[in-house]
Amino acid sequence: MASKAPTDAEGTPALVVSGVSHSFGDRKVLDRVSLTVSQGAFVVLLGLNGAGKSTLFSLITRLYDNVSGEISIRGFDVRRRPSQALQRLGVVFQSRTLDIDLTLMQNLKYHAALHGFSGRTATDLARQALELVGLAERADEKVRALSGGQLRRVEIARSMMHHPDLLLLDEATVGLDLGSRESVMKIVRDLVARDRLGVLWATHLMDEVLPTDQVVILHKGVVLYNGPVPQLLTLTGTSSVREAFRSVTGTKSAIEEAA
Amino acid sequence: MATQAVTTGSESLARGYRESEDAARRRLGVSGYWACFKGIVWREILRYLHQRERFLSALVRPLIWLFIFAAGFRQTLGVSIIPPYETYVLYEEYIAPGLIAMILLFNAMQSSLSMVYDRETGTMRTLLVSPFPRSFLLLSKLLGGVSVALLQAYAFMLVAWFWGIQPPPITEVKLFTFYDPPTWAGDVIAKMTDPIVNPLFSVPEFIQPFAGYITVIPAIILAGLMLGSLALFMSSVIKQLENFAGVMNFVIFPMFFASSALYPLWRIREASPPLYEICRLNPFTYAVELIRFGLYGQVDTVSLAIVVGCTVVFLAAAVFAYNPSKGLIARRGGPGGSA
Repeated sequence: MASKAPTDAEGTPALVVSGVSHSFGDRKVLDRVSLTVSQGAFVVLLGLNGAGKSTLFSLITRLYDNVSGEISIRGFDVRRRPSQALQRLGVVFQSRTLDIDLTLMQNLKYHAALHGFSGRTATDLARQALELVGLAERADEKVRALSGGQLRRVEIARSMMHHPDLLLLDEATVGLDLGSRESVMKIVRDLVARDRLGVLWATHLMDEVLPTDQVVILHKGVVLYNGPVPQLLTLTGTSSVREAFRSVTGTKSAIEEAA
Repeated sequence: MATQAVTTGSESLARGYRESEDAARRRLGVSGYWACFKGIVWREILRYLHQRERFLSALVRPLIWLFIFAAGFRQTLGVSIIPPYETYVLYEEYIAPGLIAMILLFNAMQSSLSMVYDRETGTMRTLLVSPFPRSFLLLSKLLGGVSVALLQAYAFMLVAWFWGIQPPPITEVKLFTFYDPPTWAGDVIAKMTDPIVNPLFSVPEFIQPFAGYITVIPAIILAGLMLGSLALFMSSVIKQLENFAGVMNFVIFPMFFASSALYPLWRIREASPPLYEICRLNPFTYAVELIRFGLYGQVDTVSLAIVVGCTVVFLAAAVFAYNPSKGLIARRGGPGGSA
């Protein structure tokens, strides 16, 4: 079994979304969205506010079921085998979700429990994760005492402490200053390189895209582009991701406001 | 020792650690469920202990009723000898079980409030993305809330004890007693249970003086579960935090006042037969009676059946409402809203 796993591991993508549509009442928020995040890939999901990013995340994390299309994490369909799928998933939500009255360690141990770890294992995992984001020495402080950037780092520590195969980050750098943004980006990118995690990074900030990334442009619920950055620039005949985004979505003023 | 474990861990992370399929499967086994359950309950208790104001207000509320309201009404409201009481009791003693139930009710509504808040802020998502089944997560959260309520109830009973309000010594535990059964059923029940109405087992002498504090535990847990699952269901139905003021007016107060918490039902019947019928339809009445009999080492069978039945119904409704495919949340756009 143990010897079989790595071969599987190489082949199965971290995330496959295929033909997913979703509506709230009459309002269609996602229209046949498809994308793939391979292992060790950093995929940027670019879209303005209201593009459908958060809805897509809610479907992947099974806050509600996808009615049409399929979503699978490392080959496990989120609807048919939710436990196996969610077990391999780590998420950083857009809104802050740490309990500010508890310490960093207590927050992380709670999360470990939600994933079935207890006792020594939970404590060790929490320490490792905090070490990774450089906050190990503050483990016993209350979350309330942290800055915005540190909060985000704890949330990233929490999202990866159970060694997921797929990491979802929803506007993880919103509201952070430049320094914190860079340190958060670096931590996640290092994780991709080290653990070969698949990362889906949702953002509306164009400058977070690196030339080596894969980009998915989601606009009004529809995927308008899905591929590597250089190809996007060639296709649109532009020199920056920002211009390319404008050209693809036809939104001039909106993106200026958002960025 | 811990440092060593950490170093090993970091190395494994650096090498691109992957959990083996076996370990992943084990994590979803019985020990995983147990860890998850413990974690959720522990967090509820920790959070509660960190909110000192909440603890105090939960304690002060019933004490005000006990020390001021009950003292004032002691002369006006005589309570006759009705089961489980075998002598005249002070009014304070009569309303004590009702106040314990009030603690459970407020606690349940408080946790419902915090779930609506969690849903609005998105904190709920961290719970719901756990790989364990949602019904299990909700049930664990419910039991976490009940544990907190149990702590509160004991804090209240401790203060009441110093005030001299305490259950009498119990010599025997009765498993079948009937409080106000429907007339048609009374005879049948009496015949059926005649051999076992009598005490099933007697209580060792050294426990007798405080046995009521032990026999009330299951009653508090069951009543807490019923009220907790009602609140859980409500938390899925309430759309916004602002609507919660309405919960006070439309749920907590009617449930509390139209019940046997403050006055015995026979008195209500004398005053107003329709109100009496309403009180008998109110599940809270049976929560109160279950606790009242529990303090006296007795099980009121009718209340037990109704409390358990209501728990099942409310819980099923709550699980349905939180179900990702069918539930109300899915239809409305999900916890934390949509974007």
